[in-house]
Amino acid sequence: MQKVNIIIEVNGKKISEAIEPDMTLFDFVRAHGCYSVKCGCETSNCGLCTVFLEDKPVLSCSVLAVRADEKRVTTLEGLQEEAAEFGAFIADQGAEQCGFCNPGLIMNALALFREIEFPTEEEIKEYLSGNLCRCSGYEGQLRGIQDFLSWKKEKGVRA
Amino acid sequence: MKTVNQSIRKKDAMQLVTGQPVYMDDIAPKDCLVVKLLRSPYANAIVKTIQTENAMKLPGMEAIYTWEDIPQDAKRYTQAGQTYPEPSPYDRLLIDRHVRFVGDVVAIVAGQDEKTVDQAMKLIKVEYEVLEPLLDFHVAKDNKILVHPEDNWESLCPVGADNKRNLCAHDESSEGDIEKVFAESDVVIDHVYHTKACQQTMMETFRTFCTMDAYGRLNVVSSTQIVFHCRRIIANALHIPKSMIRVSKPRIGGGFGAKQTSVCEVYPAYVTWMTKKPAKIIFTREESMTASSPRHEMEMHVRLGATKEGIVKGIDLYTLSNTGAYGEHGPTTVGLSGHKSIPLYGKAEAFRFVNDVVYTNIMSAGAYRGYGATQGLFAVESAVNELAAKLHMDPFVLREKNIIHEGDVMPAYYGQVNTSCALDKCLQTVHDMIDWDHKYPVRDMGNGKVRSVGMGMAMQGSGITSVDVGSATLKVNDDGFYTLSIGAADMGTGCDTILAQIAAEVLDCTMEDITVLGADTDSSPYDSGSYASSTTYVTGKAVEKCALQLKEQICKLGAELLGCDVTTVEFDGKNVSTGAKRISLEDIATASMCGHSIALEATVTNTSEISPPPFMVGAAEVEVDLETGETKVIDYVAAVDCGTPINPNLARVQAEGGILQGIGMALSENITYDALGHVAENSLMQYKIPSRMDIGHIRVAFESSYEKEGPFGAKSIGEVVINTPLPAVADAIYNAVGKRFYELPITPEMVAMSDKNV
Repeated sequence: MQKVNIIIEVNGKKISEAIEPDMTLFDFVRAHGCYSVKCGCETSNCGLCTVFLEDKPVLSCSVLAVRADEKRVTTLEGLQEEAAEFGAFIADQGAEQCGFCNPGLIMNALALFREIEFPTEEEIKEYLSGNLCRCSGYEGQLRGIQDFLSWKKEKGVRA
Repeated sequence: MKTVNQSIRKKDAMQLVTGQPVYMDDIAPKDCLVVKLLRSPYANAIVKTIQTENAMKLPGMEAIYTWEDIPQDAKRYTQAGQTYPEPSPYDRLLIDRHVRFVGDVVAIVAGQDEKTVDQAMKLIKVEYEVLEPLLDFHVAKDNKILVHPEDNWESLCPVGADNKRNLCAHDESSEGDIEKVFAESDVVIDHVYHTKACQQTMMETFRTFCTMDAYGRLNVVSSTQIVFHCRRIIANALHIPKSMIRVSKPRIGGGFGAKQTSVCEVYPAYVTWMTKKPAKIIFTREESMTASSPRHEMEMHVRLGATKEGIVKGIDLYTLSNTGAYGEHGPTTVGLSGHKSIPLYGKAEAFRFVNDVVYTNIMSAGAYRGYGATQGLFAVESAVNELAAKLHMDPFVLREKNIIHEGDVMPAYYGQVNTSCALDKCLQTVHDMIDWDHKYPVRDMGNGKVRSVGMGMAMQGSGITSVDVGSATLKVNDDGFYTLSIGAADMGTGCDTILAQIAAEVLDCTMEDITVLGADTDSSPYDSGSYASSTTYVTGKAVEKCALQLKEQICKLGAELLGCDVTTVEFDGKNVSTGAKRISLEDIATASMCGHSIALEATVTNTSEISPPPFMVGAAEVEVDLETGETKVIDYVAAVDCGTPINPNLARVQAEGGILQGIGMALSENITYDALGHVAENSLMQYKIPSRMDIGHIRVAFESSYEKEGPFGAKSIGEVVINTPLPAVADAIYNAVGKRFYELPITPEMVAMSDKNV
């Protein structure tokens, strides 16, 4: 197969490479050390492979890497401070459990908080409905998210 | 208590939430050969010829192994992770010429990358002699089609197995005269219940990588719950000495019992052993759905006799279990369907429990959280709910009249005494929390929807009695920090953390003072592994005892340094002191590394002669759309008696997660086969595990008894939590639409088309 030249900005770093045209964005980011990105299903059902493409969450298993040409891609490796800040609230519930779905969940939750600063319970559930988790039953994740939002609100008031 | 019974963050939590590379594929060498399996398209066939030459011509191909490479008359093995001698029959070869289900292994294919291997698989030509498959487990026993006709099939334990009858196991147990009890009963409930081969569906599929180490030994890094059993399984499959194998586990992306079977390890192990090159296998989700280790499909015939006052006088259960093409966990799961359901009813005067486990030409079953108890409790608890309805009695009231209490002997639980039990309190708590009296049985919401409630009870065990072994090694390092080595596998459950909490409680130190070294056959003390609800209870007790022993060692060296008798010293976690004299742990640790010969290290192994059951009560409030049949659990309330919760947060999340898995089994997770033995639900597109839109809220309370044999009063939690939703949701649906369902899942179609509803 004829290789294709692409330039993708991954977590602020420009990567120029000749790739196979059928390479997925998932394979591309993992090949460049973004190991937080996981694959759980191959059928775009589980949400584990969520990354930002131009700041919008996408399922990287279902996006060709060539579609990210000349674009910005962000993974959890590029959002470490935000991940730790929000993730601590999930951890305080013990809701991270096996952790395998966490990066995808946290990416999508961060996307949610950027779109809706203080989402309601329904909005949280709906926005994150594509992020499957088999360990937690979702309840602990929800508590963690709501605790984080309360903390954020309080911090905002105090600031 | 300072650390036990505290909701402490998991030790690995921040690494996990920030996405650090800690799982198998994150740490596998980049030059691993990619290993894939060519699988049979037929449910029962003999490989006549197999041509691999064209495939091997592809640049980058390393090896293709077929049945011709594997002696067909060699000793067989089982992939079940169980204590030797395994009750599961030795019925597998690494590659068998006789393929026994759609997905059985025909060839092991290894090449430099995925694309090469995928292409090679298409170039392998296989000619099959297609045989008639045995797909209906009702007719499997003594069928003319034999799933395992071979003479080198072997059963190591007296479990009633007979390959010439398609029997993986058979057992009978009873007490009292059950027929007499039924003859004297005012009411007899008599039904057959059916549960499917549901998938654990952990988010990380099966995966393993292997390398050769500096000593020429096979180094296996696998997402497994059972490192020690895995070492034996690989040795048996490859026919190499166990001394040549090391198995360790990285972080595991979920297990739920799936990884208590060595589903994938033997294949890259064989490739690395043969080629001496690093190799890895990662199952696709499709492989994890079609060729793995799901729950045993069971059909349970319950007969339950009671007085008109609602006293359950006798339970008769016949369980038919479908182990599929291979017998992993077949002989053992079935026992729980009776032994962990019947004992809940303490007033019964007789019981009978008979079971058959049969081979068929579908994917092999394995271990899934609940391990047969889930199936049996659906049947027995549903029958009890039906009894309550028949007697016009509130199901809570009926339970209160019948339940087992602390101190009771449980004839159907191997005659063990119920040493710790708060089941009565669990009933009361759930009853009040869900506001049962206002919601039972059903409320019309006036919009084509009704809301109804249903309930169920459950028990499980805490480890396998006098079989499971848990161990811990603790040592003191420089500065006085501790290393805790365990052979139990944290698969996300948090056992690394709760075991450290137990050690910290005894040693009077902080959680930061203890580092945990996870399961590794070369360095961990022996542990059966993380299954059978054993880790907190069995390994946890080992940790407690070990910490006490280490404390003695610390005192011994402390006394030597202080120049006094050891009986006069005390250790408070920071200092060893006698009168006004004291020496710090740091100084003792330093001294232990210079000119002293008292080891600041201890190893303790623990086993238990009892398996104290955790108990649970759950109640579901469902909303049913009478038009579409759509059913949603809008509120699930549960109370758990797991003894002392070592870490209430982690225990709570175990409960919430288990409950939602149970709800999935009750409402949406289906497994169906076509006439040729292909499973339809082969992706997360068809196999619907609950999303967060499928559940309202789950609320969990703890009603803790105190188990004297457990660490700080603890029993198990991991498995019991999946059991109550099945009968609770089924009864709630009955209360909504007036029809009983005896088969799971109860789909919207079934509800919408039910006669009563129509």
